[in-house]
Amino acid sequence: MALQTQSQDIEKETAAIIDVHEHQEGPLLPILHDVQGKFGYVPEDALLKIADRLNLSRAEVHGTMSFYPDFRTEPAGRHVLKVCRAEACQSMGGEKLADDIQRDLGIKWHETTPDGKVTLEPVYCLGLCSCAPAAMMDGNLHGRLDEDAVLKLVEEVK
Amino acid sequence: MGAVLYVPCDAAALAVGADRVAETLADELRTRGVDATIIRNGSRGMHWLEPLVEIETEQGRIAYGPVKPSDVAGLLDGGDHPLCHGLTEEIPYLKRQTRLTFSRCGITDPLSLEHYEMHHGFLGLKRALEMTPAEIVQDVTDSGLRGRGGAGFPTGIKWNTVLKAQGAQKYIVCNADEGDSGTFSDRMIMEGDPFVLIEGMAIAGIAVGATKGYIYTRSEYPHAVAIMQDAIKIARKAGILGASVMGSDHAFDMEVREGAGAYVCGEETSLLNSLEGKRGIVRAKPPLPAIEGLFGCPTVVNNVMSLASVPIIMDRGARFYRDYGVGYSHGTIPIQLTGNIKNSGLFETAFGLTLNELIYDIGGGTLSGRPVKAVQVGGPLGAYFPPSLFDTIFDYEAFIERNGMIGHAGIVVFDDTVDMLKQARFAMEFCAIESCGKCTPCRIGSVRGVEVLDRIAEGDQPEQQVELLTDLCDTMKMGSLCALGGFAPYPVMSSLTHFPQDFHVKPLTDAAE
Ligand SMILES: Cc1cc2nc3c(=O)[nH]c(=O)nc-3n(C[C@H](O)[C@H](O)[C@H](O)COP(=O)(O)O)c2cc1C
Ligand code: SF4
Ligand code: FES
Repeated sequence: MALQTQSQDIEKETAAIIDVHEHQEGPLLPILHDVQGKFGYVPEDALLKIADRLNLSRAEVHGTMSFYPDFRTEPAGRHVLKVCRAEACQSMGGEKLADDIQRDLGIKWHETTPDGKVTLEPVYCLGLCSCAPAAMMDGNLHGRLDEDAVLKLVEEVK
Repeated sequence: MGAVLYVPCDAAALAVGADRVAETLADELRTRGVDATIIRNGSRGMHWLEPLVEIETEQGRIAYGPVKPSDVAGLLDGGDHPLCHGLTEEIPYLKRQTRLTFSRCGITDPLSLEHYEMHHGFLGLKRALEMTPAEIVQDVTDSGLRGRGGAGFPTGIKWNTVLKAQGAQKYIVCNADEGDSGTFSDRMIMEGDPFVLIEGMAIAGIAVGATKGYIYTRSEYPHAVAIMQDAIKIARKAGILGASVMGSDHAFDMEVREGAGAYVCGEETSLLNSLEGKRGIVRAKPPLPAIEGLFGCPTVVNNVMSLASVPIIMDRGARFYRDYGVGYSHGTIPIQLTGNIKNSGLFETAFGLTLNELIYDIGGGTLSGRPVKAVQVGGPLGAYFPPSLFDTIFDYEAFIERNGMIGHAGIVVFDDTVDMLKQARFAMEFCAIESCGKCTPCRIGSVRGVEVLDRIAEGDQPEQQVELLTDLCDTMKMGSLCALGGFAPYPVMSSLTHFPQDFHVKPLTDAAE
């Protein structure tokens, strides 16, 4: 019963998102972004609804979605920490920082801490190459980081 | 009138605590009963000094930085302050620049149309509205402006193709997918002077007969997205965008679209597929996007910097812009000094400075204080240069001549602790991660490249492996459809050529044991 309601809710919310974007040219990515913004991932029920409304097959929507690293098919942890792995951050010790964080959190890239708090993702440049190393916690940017500063970011979120 | 203070809202400033500084400043001013306004400006581009607080005085704006919340009280006490750099405009890093594209960035409130117009805003668009499309295109061609996204293709020639192409609908697509490590100039202009991009795109639309524009940017740039969206709304309300651009019979409107974490979507045809709601697979050319672009319609795809340079060209004239620079590299280029460098930030200058000048005189050398070992210019697909090549001047052709590219003008500095074999491996790994998968040399070649480099690192027949690597790089260069697979060999081969010791260190010591 609960499951069914949830699935109906997802369909309803997704339909509302589609209503907003339907008139746009090439609405699929904006819809997927909003769906993920709403649920934290793109649930299967949403996928089916999108396919139905945009007159695409499920495979087409899934194919597009799976091309882009941003879109998830499973919920992430309560927070997503994206640590920059690209060259400017490397030049300022970013690789060691990433290793240290993985060790401290006890997880590897794309994994979530056992308490469900933080998912760790690599990112290739945040445009903060002049204050490297850099990371993004949810939507917030942070530069000139070291291990302590990152651990503090993790501590500060609930 | 009360005091005026500035605290940037640029993402680089925010990332190092600008919001907290602004809050503390507001609290402190309130406590002291001072009547003051805090303007959230863009960044001046002196990122090593961020958060950079400016206080307006009769002599001009005085700069303080990098400011922490705990510094704020002392800063307001007046008198000499250790963080004071004097008049902002007199700071040598800023004074040495030629700011054309970034003339307003850091000076104005990004979302104030009033500020924008006070600082020569919309003069280019107004002039364009008095010209024929062909005249606008001719001016852009005459200015010598070349695409700042990487390939350096003449912007006017591209516009001319779209102008001449037949189509009921044409598009202006702004490539703001700035994925190259070591670059942030697009982000800075979107956050610090969004109206200049809107103005540039409107001029492009009028020039080629396009009525709709898209800015395709990265999901990693949430602040740029928000500011651009607000700026578009403001411009629409003011009649700059819409059915009648500034009261003319030209219609032009635009939207911001977000990518979803794929580097390859910066490649123009992959970007167009992504905008259409498809997988970001690269399309074969021809047809050129100028002929068959977005939804099959004639489309201008230009980088943010290319489009944002158009307003000043239209305002000051093609000749004015063209006279800056060297050889076939006309105008100015916003160079981004990043990584392990003391004076990190954005430095807009005429083409022609040497890497030596940029890295040492302007950049101040490494932040770590150790010797520079290498710089990577032009993003993850750009070559690594050793100090012996630092006499290379910043010019499209000079870099090509030395097997490099200026790309989007990012310079990443590495000190002597860097292992170039690791950097070569990363270039291949990055290509493998980001490959769109359309062609084999890129999709498979990059994975093989990582394996070969791992074997070299293990000291497993290094000479043979190096030969294999060289072959592989040739295949990728020749057989790849786009520059992701085609240029990934450059960071790899330049590392190997200029730093052979890093590719043999382990095997040599092994042999000695
Ligand atoms: C893998 C790859 C990534 C690219 N990324 C960008 C980018 O982020 N921004 C950009 O403007 N051009 C990028 N380009 C270049 C574009 O394909 C295209 O040349 C450019 O947008 C044209 O604009 P311009 O003439 O104003 O430079 C990239 C090319 C490749 C092959
Ligand atoms: S070179 Fe790589 S990214 Fe470019 S089209 Fe081929 S597979 Fe795709
Ligand atoms: S390389 Fe890490 S922010 Fe650009």
